[in-house]
Amino acid sequence: MKSLGKFIIFLGQIFVRRESFRTYLTRIVDESIKVGYNSVFIVVIVSAFMGAVTTVQTAYNLISPLIADPIIALVVRDMTLLELAPTITAIVYAGKVGSNIAGELGTMKITEQVDALEVMGINATSYLVLPKIVASILMFPVLVTMAAFVSVYGGYLTALITGVISGNDYILGIQMDFIPFQVTFALVKAIVFGFLVAAISSYKGYYTTGGALEVGQSSTNAVTSSCIAILVGDYLLAYLLAPLLQL
Amino acid sequence: MIEVIDISKSFDGKQILHNINVQFETGKTNMIIGASGTGKSVLLKCIVGLVNPDEGQVQFNGRSMAGASKSLQTEVRREMGMLFQGSALFDSLTVEQNVMFPLNVLTKQSAEEKADRVNFCLERVGLENAHKKMPSEISGGMKKRVGIARAIVTNPNYLFCDEPNSGLDPQTSIKIDNLIKDITDEYEMTTVVVSHDMNSVLEIGDKVNFMHQGKILWTGPSSEIGDSDVQELNDFVFAGRLMKMVKGK
Repeated sequence: MKSLGKFIIFLGQIFVRRESFRTYLTRIVDESIKVGYNSVFIVVIVSAFMGAVTTVQTAYNLISPLIADPIIALVVRDMTLLELAPTITAIVYAGKVGSNIAGELGTMKITEQVDALEVMGINATSYLVLPKIVASILMFPVLVTMAAFVSVYGGYLTALITGVISGNDYILGIQMDFIPFQVTFALVKAIVFGFLVAAISSYKGYYTTGGALEVGQSSTNAVTSSCIAILVGDYLLAYLLAPLLQL
Repeated sequence: MIEVIDISKSFDGKQILHNINVQFETGKTNMIIGASGTGKSVLLKCIVGLVNPDEGQVQFNGRSMAGASKSLQTEVRREMGMLFQGSALFDSLTVEQNVMFPLNVLTKQSAEEKADRVNFCLERVGLENAHKKMPSEISGGMKKRVGIARAIVTNPNYLFCDEPNSGLDPQTSIKIDNLIKDITDEYEMTTVVVSHDMNSVLEIGDKVNFMHQGKILWTGPSSEIGDSDVQELNDFVFAGRLMKMVKGK
């Protein structure tokens, strides 16, 4: 509870004594490149295999004369949109971006770079953390959207290569019974997960004390805490938003 | 002038500073000296506002920081420059970007004005050819000089230096000391230097404050430091072999 309170106070500090909009704009663009563009490669790789594995697994688990082949693609699409693209990508994102944020802020803290900002009269929390959170909230939905496309396309390629279902059945399946709200669902998750990873990792990094060993610990803690928060958030969002899929 | 009035600070029940009262005069290099762990850096952090004292207050030309509004605190902080023990340069920025950083964030100067000011400050600290180098590519002494350039780029009224000579060879130390002294005289700044380097103290200290176990035990000009009858100060000053030899002569 003490940590939660400290985390909330930390988030509150982001919005006081802010610098000019121009300063933040530059920082947000820089951070967006770091958290978004630099994560594209790993997200594409993970998503492509995610789609491929889901297609193969689903195909072998749904071998039945009563189940039409396009259903396999429908399952891949629904799993990708509702769960895999936002959640698995978020776990990967926490590992890459979360550890990077915590490591960067932790190093800045122990080398007095954060103190240097404070002495200049700059709110270091706001200057360093707010752009990271905003960039994460903006870029993670883009990554999730990309992950969804690549995953579904990866499944299609796998279907063609392995022949578990035909290409036509796959294309038919991904269009079958499509509920547009699934996209909204995925994007809401992406926004929440993007916020959680950036905020928790910044918090862990910002309160690093000690030396290089503690920076490493902060990075590990950032990833662990972010992953737990993602899973809890995933459950809560599923509980809140899943009923809306039925409307 | 900076006035420290009755400042006390404890960490985890252990009192680090005991009712410190001290004045740092304008246009002078004010030294805080003492052995490691006596609270020098904590006192400096209380003065610049990085640590909140449990009791007491700090006044900058009569403006008290105790209970001051955030805007006043920010205003006073923007009149400060600080050289950190490890220089605290921003790793991801070049030397030029490091020095320009306060101007970018705190002022609305044009790009040309900022570049001129950065060039002037880098020339002032003797680093006219290091603009594009990264902090990882320069020596410890150069980092200190970049730190000084960054500290003075906004023309501050107050300059704080935390162990400016730590990790430097004697010759580079003297260069850094002289730079601090010259800049203080040139810009009429109130400079506070935390150090335990006796050479520095004798070289640039206009006024010396000796700290021992969280208290100021002696204050006076550096020229009188050897004549003090404070035992702890004598033990500190004449701990080194060189100083013992000087005393012997």
